Amino acid sequence: MTNTELAELSDTLLITAIGAYAVAMVGYTVEYAFGAKGAVASRVKAQLPKQRALATVGGGTPDTSADVPTPPAEEPSAKRGKSARFGVFAIIATIVGALAQVACLTTRGLSTDRVPWGNMYEFISAVCLAGVVAWLVLAFTKPVRHLGMFVLLPVVLLLGLAGTVLYAEAAPLMPALNSFWLKIHVSTAALASGVFLTGFVTAALYLIRERYERRIEEWAVQDAKAAVSGMAENSADDSDESEDADTSRELRFPLTLGPRLPSSETLERLTFRIHALAFPIWTFAIVAGAIWAEAAWTRYWGWDPKETWAFISWVIYAAYLHARSTNGWRGAKSMMIVLAGWASMMVNLFVINLVTSGLHSYSGVS
Amino acid sequence: MKKDLRRAWNVITSMRTALVLLFLLAIAATPGAMFPQRSLNPEKVTQYYKDHPDLAPIVDKMSGFEVFSSPWFAAIYLLLFLSLLGCLSTRIPVYFRAIVKGPPKAPKKLDRLPAHATVGTAPAIKAEDIATILRKGRWRVRMREEDNGTTTISAEKGYLRETGNLVFHLSLVAVLIGIAVGALYGWSGGMLVTEGSTVCNTVQAYDQFTPGKFVKPTSLPPFCVKLDDFRATFADNGQPLSYEADIKYRAGDDSVTQDPNTSFNLEVNKPLRMDDAGFYLINHGFAPIIRYTDRYGTVFESPTPFLPQDGALTSEGVVVLPDANQDPASTERARDQQMAFEGIYMPTVPESGPAIRSARPERNDEGVMVLAYRGDTGLNTGIPRSVYTLDQNQVDKGALKPLGSKLLRPNEKWTLDDGSVVEFVGTVEWMSVNVAHDPGQLIALGGAAGMISGLMVSLFIRRRRFFARITTADGNVLVTTGGLARTGSEAFSREFAALNKKIVERLDLTPVQEDPESSPVKTKDLPDAMQEITDVRAPASAGKE
Ligand code: HEM
Repeated sequence: MTNTELAELSDTLLITAIGAYAVAMVGYTVEYAFGAKGAVASRVKAQLPKQRALATVGGGTPDTSADVPTPPAEEPSAKRGKSARFGVFAIIATIVGALAQVACLTTRGLSTDRVPWGNMYEFISAVCLAGVVAWLVLAFTKPVRHLGMFVLLPVVLLLGLAGTVLYAEAAPLMPALNSFWLKIHVSTAALASGVFLTGFVTAALYLIRERYERRIEEWAVQDAKAAVSGMAENSADDSDESEDADTSRELRFPLTLGPRLPSSETLERLTFRIHALAFPIWTFAIVAGAIWAEAAWTRYWGWDPKETWAFISWVIYAAYLHARSTNGWRGAKSMMIVLAGWASMMVNLFVINLVTSGLHSYSGVS
Repeated sequence: MKKDLRRAWNVITSMRTALVLLFLLAIAATPGAMFPQRSLNPEKVTQYYKDHPDLAPIVDKMSGFEVFSSPWFAAIYLLLFLSLLGCLSTRIPVYFRAIVKGPPKAPKKLDRLPAHATVGTAPAIKAEDIATILRKGRWRVRMREEDNGTTTISAEKGYLRETGNLVFHLSLVAVLIGIAVGALYGWSGGMLVTEGSTVCNTVQAYDQFTPGKFVKPTSLPPFCVKLDDFRATFADNGQPLSYEADIKYRAGDDSVTQDPNTSFNLEVNKPLRMDDAGFYLINHGFAPIIRYTDRYGTVFESPTPFLPQDGALTSEGVVVLPDANQDPASTERARDQQMAFEGIYMPTVPESGPAIRSARPERNDEGVMVLAYRGDTGLNTGIPRSVYTLDQNQVDKGALKPLGSKLLRPNEKWTLDDGSVVEFVGTVEWMSVNVAHDPGQLIALGGAAGMISGLMVSLFIRRRRFFARITTADGNVLVTTGGLARTGSEAFSREFAALNKKIVERLDLTPVQEDPESSPVKTKDLPDAMQEITDVRAPASAGKE
């Protein structure tokens, strides 16, 4: 039944994919650290307060600020150094990794004569692949390429975990898992999870960038105040004071990442678009799961632990979509909901599969 | 009083309340995944009581083992749906009014809009031409004359977004109705069917039966099913690959009097669907046939379903014969001469080692380890007991005495001390099935389909407005435009620029250089046109918070 040669090839391909992603991460990191973005970012510092002011304008009414012209921070500068080449190289390595992963899943499917998402190891691999593909689409359509390492970091961690601790030998499916709707259900669930993964990354980056922007603005206000009082008093010893203030102006991690990130507005919009894509897919995945559950277990919904968590994640993401249109919830607060949403997805993947036991005990981990 | 009600209603239907309730719903569902649920698995709840004797009663008191039927869970989702209905009841009229009235008046100052442009001038143009361009682009257009003789054009596109949003939320209500109908009018039950036997849809036939609130257990839809043959296949590592059952069935009133006649191939994931019931294959196991010939020559023989204990289908069960060894000539019952057998059945007896665990799940070299007992089985005492285990009390008391054990292969006989004979005749397979009917299922499915389509429409379609003002000054005509979009503003600014360009080209306008330092928009004095597009989204809360 099981073709061992293909199964072994599949295992090798997984290692290839992880290796390619690791190489890509190095490339992204070089571009991030030394790339043109850095140069732009330092110049942009001075313009930031004004930009913030524009951005806050929209805070009250949803999305109006989105119509403000795009801040310069995210436009790549004309000066593209060697580091841009690293970025291109990283993209190529990412594509190589994704192809290796496609081949890895395909050979596994062929070796067992079934769809390659029948246990937890395979599912996580599929989620990572979906996340990487979603990321590649982003990188080709938005000026965010240098952020690749933030996406690949969780991907490599998940893949490493899947390939070691959660690894399961290639094996055929249980009768209950052998269903058309299951194929639809699991593939869309993996797809949605992968897209949610990129959304989680942009939301986390938003939170960093937003705090960074607030910090810069505070400093600008301090400067302005100092300048005003300096003019009023017109005395020399005031300048000492402002210098004092300057020494405390140090960004600490993770805010040090701030200068090279896209503006918070861009990240906010990106996060929403990603979730606007992932949420209907997730909804569909849950519905497909319910249709399958009806055929396999008589009832379409039974509050099995896995079903319950899928529902919890769904409600949290629905709350995010609501929060975005609720006065006072747009921005950092709604991004926190995104983080909670991703946390619930992780609970569903790890805690529910490995700790609680329900009808969905398909993890294949012994 | 009326004011208070009004205020309460506003609070309930506000977006913020919906948000809070959604959060509460997510939090309230978590214990349902963390604690064992009685409705799913009562044994696990018992186990939890054993493992956490201090905590369990507290959890129980807070409905922790019945989260999804608990009053607090119900309170949250009922409030949420009240909020939803309230929300819909205000949004639907707003929506229809917006559709009937068309796009609103153009704001006095178009340059207050997020996107705005002084498009160009010409000696003379017709406003109708601009309207035509917009209509061709499938905008809804209203033209208005202002007091001072200028003409304004208001256009709007993407009404479908709100349509999708309403469809989504209405479909949510439909799903809830579907669930409720299922809970009230649906029923389900589980039973075992052995090869060669026929079962009919009556409450008595079920091992366990759960009727909905409004279901009369005496009037279940009549049908009977006969299991002809059951087949299971396994992989080399013993993992099951497929279960398949050849059944015959007959539905309707004559099913009681006539044999089942319609063949069906039942599989996991492929239930038999009748008009008002579904018949689902869930699991399978073996039913050894033990033949006991007692000392008076009476023969007892029937297949007894054993329960699988592991992946290799080692199965355990008991055969209790309270009527064994009763002298046919006497009317006295000799209770201490009843017989009972405990058995461990193995579809493949291991080649070496103790014969207590099956080696593989297939029936290759079957055998049953039989432990015989004689004495009072306790079966006439009237206490209902599981039919898969012996009454251990009777054994402990010494009322039921063990006579030894023996591994029996098919057709092998074991003669006991009193001359009676135990024989392992062979096995038939059994399948466990669930039978269920959920009349709300299709409503819920339709609701789910509506939800997904509504969602896609509302998340991918952008609603946007475009305004043009045509003023005449010094014998020249000046065209200014403005516009806004609720989402997808990047795409809108492109669309806006393209529209302006088209107007310049079609109407042969002379472009005007724009002042790059035009003032940015401020939320406070956003024109009405802007507010309304956001109002439609959250009528109860907008402008109040
Ligand atoms: C069962 C509870 C609810 C769920 C699961 C839910 C879910 C959603 C989802 C997923 C969206 C985004 C997709 C779309 O725009 O169609 C949405 C939007 C919306 N919901 Fe709900 N909703 C619920 C209850 C409510 C309630 C009670 C209200 C009334 C206050 C409400 C008002 C809105 C509004 C105004 C929008 C549009 C927001 C926008 O366009 O950005 N929803 N809802």
